[in-house]
Amino acid sequence: MKVIVNIQLKEGVLDPQGKAVHHALKALSFAEVGDVRIGKQIILHVNETDEAKAKEKVAQMCEELLANTVIENYTIEIA
Amino acid sequence: MKVAVVVFPGTNCEMDTKYAFEKLGSSVELVFHKDETLPCNTDLVVLPGGFSYGDYLRSAAIAKFSPIMKDVTRFAAQGGYVLGICNGFQMLLEMGLLPGAMKRNSNVHFISKFHHLRVVHNDNKFLQKLSVDDVINVPIAHGEGSYFIDANGLHELYKNNQVLLKYSDKSGIDKNPNGSIDSIACICNKNKNVFGLMPHPERAMELLLGSDDGVKILEGLIA
Repeated sequence: MKVIVNIQLKEGVLDPQGKAVHHALKALSFAEVGDVRIGKQIILHVNETDEAKAKEKVAQMCEELLANTVIENYTIEIA
Repeated sequence: MKVAVVVFPGTNCEMDTKYAFEKLGSSVELVFHKDETLPCNTDLVVLPGGFSYGDYLRSAAIAKFSPIMKDVTRFAAQGGYVLGICNGFQMLLEMGLLPGAMKRNSNVHFISKFHHLRVVHNDNKFLQKLSVDDVINVPIAHGEGSYFIDANGLHELYKNNQVLLKYSDKSGIDKNPNGSIDSIACICNKNKNVFGLMPHPERAMELLLGSDDGVKILEGLIA
């Protein structure tokens, strides 16, 4: 089963990469962009047929390694 | 004084760190990350700078699972002195031995230059040889050195005198190179036996090379 984890800086935590990209977009005249936040996506192939179980396992992985929950949030979806 | 310097794949400051502590009269042993126990009679563990495991995922995120880290955690829990420099500081945060987290520098650049630091508290072993408001000059070299902690955590740090050094100009006024909250450069844990800082005192051991202010910092730990 393919599981997709999206990791994002929490609201209120300044994202300097997003800010830099936002500036660059503005320099390219994309004035309609109000804000940019950059995160990362991790795609896992998990040997599990039960979706709930897979999600539970991946949540554990996020807590222990994949995300730093002091500054990051994560979402888990089954692809 | 016996100092154990832990070496991970990607660590690159272990020899400077060894040189620094040997210069101060300690005996230094390099410890491989795959070892399971620290050398007996270790008085101080140093997690040196570098790019452990290529900084994959997040800086220092993977180092905490190295076999030696269980013993480092035990050592710290028993009151042993642990110092994390740069990538080592990031490890201590990822391991939860120090509170908070490290983010990308606010200007998104890797910053490598000398920077002044002001002593905020010296009622701990690490900075005991310095006085409050002393200003020292040591190199910084990091891409992810923007220290972050939430409002409650910050309040706790101040309440327990855990904020030890702040980035400043040469007169001691706050000057922030990387976006760290309140210009914080160095903190310790509540028990004051685990210390983390982004600047590199081990690279400031010889006047000939720009500064020997690192001596004033590191000698506190081996006094």
